[in-house]
Amino acid sequence: MKDVELTHLSKSYDMQTEVLSDISVSIHAGEFFVLVGPSGCGKSTMLRMIAGLEDITEGTLTIGQKKVNDLHPSKRDISMVFQNYALYPHLSVEENIVFGLSVKKVPKTQRKKRCHRVAKMLGLTDYLNRKPRQLSGGQRQRVALARAIVNESPICLMDEPLSNLDAKLRAQMRSEIKQIQRQLNITMIYVTHDQVEAMTMGDRIMILNEGKIQQVGPPIDVYNAPANEFVAKFIGSPPMNLAKATIYPDNQTLSVVGRIHLQLPPEDIQRMGTKEVTIGIRPEHLQLATSESQQPGSSKFEVKVSHVEVLGNETLLNFEFAEGNWQAKWNGQWRVNVGDIVPLSLHYSAICLFDTTTGNMIKQPTQNEQHLIQGVSI
Amino acid sequence: MAKLKLSTILKYAVLIVMAIIFLTPVYVIIVTSIKPLDEVSLDHMWALPTAIDFSSYIKAFTELAPNFMNSIYLVVPATLLSALLGAMNGYVLSKWRFKGSELLFTIMLFGMFIPYQSILIPLIQFLRSIGLYNSIGGLILTHVVYGLPITTLMFRNFYANIPDSMIESAKIDGANFLGIFRHIIIPLSISGFVVVAIWQFTNIWNEFLFAVTITNSDSQPIMVALQNLSGSQIVQWNVQMAGALLAALPTLLVYILLGKYFVRGLLAGSVKG
Repeated sequence: MKDVELTHLSKSYDMQTEVLSDISVSIHAGEFFVLVGPSGCGKSTMLRMIAGLEDITEGTLTIGQKKVNDLHPSKRDISMVFQNYALYPHLSVEENIVFGLSVKKVPKTQRKKRCHRVAKMLGLTDYLNRKPRQLSGGQRQRVALARAIVNESPICLMDEPLSNLDAKLRAQMRSEIKQIQRQLNITMIYVTHDQVEAMTMGDRIMILNEGKIQQVGPPIDVYNAPANEFVAKFIGSPPMNLAKATIYPDNQTLSVVGRIHLQLPPEDIQRMGTKEVTIGIRPEHLQLATSESQQPGSSKFEVKVSHVEVLGNETLLNFEFAEGNWQAKWNGQWRVNVGDIVPLSLHYSAICLFDTTTGNMIKQPTQNEQHLIQGVSI
Repeated sequence: MAKLKLSTILKYAVLIVMAIIFLTPVYVIIVTSIKPLDEVSLDHMWALPTAIDFSSYIKAFTELAPNFMNSIYLVVPATLLSALLGAMNGYVLSKWRFKGSELLFTIMLFGMFIPYQSILIPLIQFLRSIGLYNSIGGLILTHVVYGLPITTLMFRNFYANIPDSMIESAKIDGANFLGIFRHIIIPLSISGFVVVAIWQFTNIWNEFLFAVTITNSDSQPIMVALQNLSGSQIVQWNVQMAGALLAALPTLLVYILLGKYFVRGLLAGSVKG
């Protein structure tokens, strides 16, 4: 089992602008580590640097305590799945799967055995003699996966492997990949731009933007306590609602465009030490105001609904707020018409506050809906 | 319906007229080649022969046979070598780029635009000094070098369509430069090879200037010998025509046998998958 360790890793193509700057992270053995960020953030470059397909401009990369900066990709004990699968069109599925093994001069009988084991695991046994062009997208994806795991490398790198599949297949492959990773206990480094994949698959996720680390942590922690405004907007669907707000220390209140007024604990005001902040609130924390919801620390405000999406078990309300579009997510089916005035309430414990100038989080929500199943036996 | 029919008729009429114009010389060649010598004259150029006489073919063949073989000895190795080297160049220039590789490629392409005539004297001097003047070997070398720009260009563009990730995947699997070339690049570029081979085969087979200047007598390829067939006093047109047909036969066969790959290869870049 080998840890992958990146220390002050940087990448620059022209020696002037950095595609990746000062990346330091330690990826533990057996971990499912997801690199997520918008396109062009450098996540694929980082993966390719770990693979050895891109040179490292600065910093060190170690795999299992061994510095591998200049080691050839084939010597790094890794396997990789590419976005376009990179199957060899002239070879059959079986030949594709064992290509790496035959290059490494693994005996034929063993090649065959390993190929069949992997094919069985991925449900490819019936297709071993076919050519890639005779397979569907999902099957090709499986072949690419089989080709990676047949090598039995302890580290597997995946570069947006599901982006060419349709939504249903993607959901299925998500759980399959996760299961295989657990079953074989391999270290997975997985690149995606899809935050759903990041949330559902990763043991830990790393959010990258413009070549810089924004936050590293378990998905739920990142969701609950985003390190900055970028992460807040990027993780979560629909995204977190953000607006400029002002703190008035004299009467200990926070005001958002004069429509939301929240009472602040004095120690928070002191700790934050700024008056111009950005408030962030998850759509599920904007609930219908009732007479009971008028408790201390909460605020009630009315909005005019501009768009409604009923998703079967939940309802999304869109409305204009503070020169932006906000969304509220309610459980269940709600018959709300466009143009209706709806009273909403939010509680201070549910909001995030960010420093407007730096974008960094200065107050994280304390109210999270965490449900634990205790003593339930199935 | 009637309108559609008229346009179809018109289309075919034009095509048929074009085809006739295009095939007229071929008709004259074939008709003349099977006439006995005394029937060949400008006045009766278009007339069909009174009797079919294949003796001109026998004569042309006996005269041209050694040169025909010379051409085979020239064109087969030269085509294979220039295709293989072009493939290697294209592979490096598209998949193993290095600093200055684009510049190198541009300079190589420039070789395509150097007229044959301008390098004849230095070329002959060079071949003489390395002992390849007046030999098929010298001609092979000349054609391989002169063919490299175009074969490199063709293969480089062909390989540009092979995704880089395929190469990278093989690299991670541990395949090296030559292993990737042999096991992935060559099998994937069979149609590219066919296109390049047809191209080079035809060009080298039909080439005259290098052939006539670099070789004489025994080592001359067929195109030079065909020219010499006409003699100095009287031209035996029927033998000349039969010889021309024999000389054109191999390229014709190559097109007929590999033609469908040629079209497919030329279109390979435009259609995905």
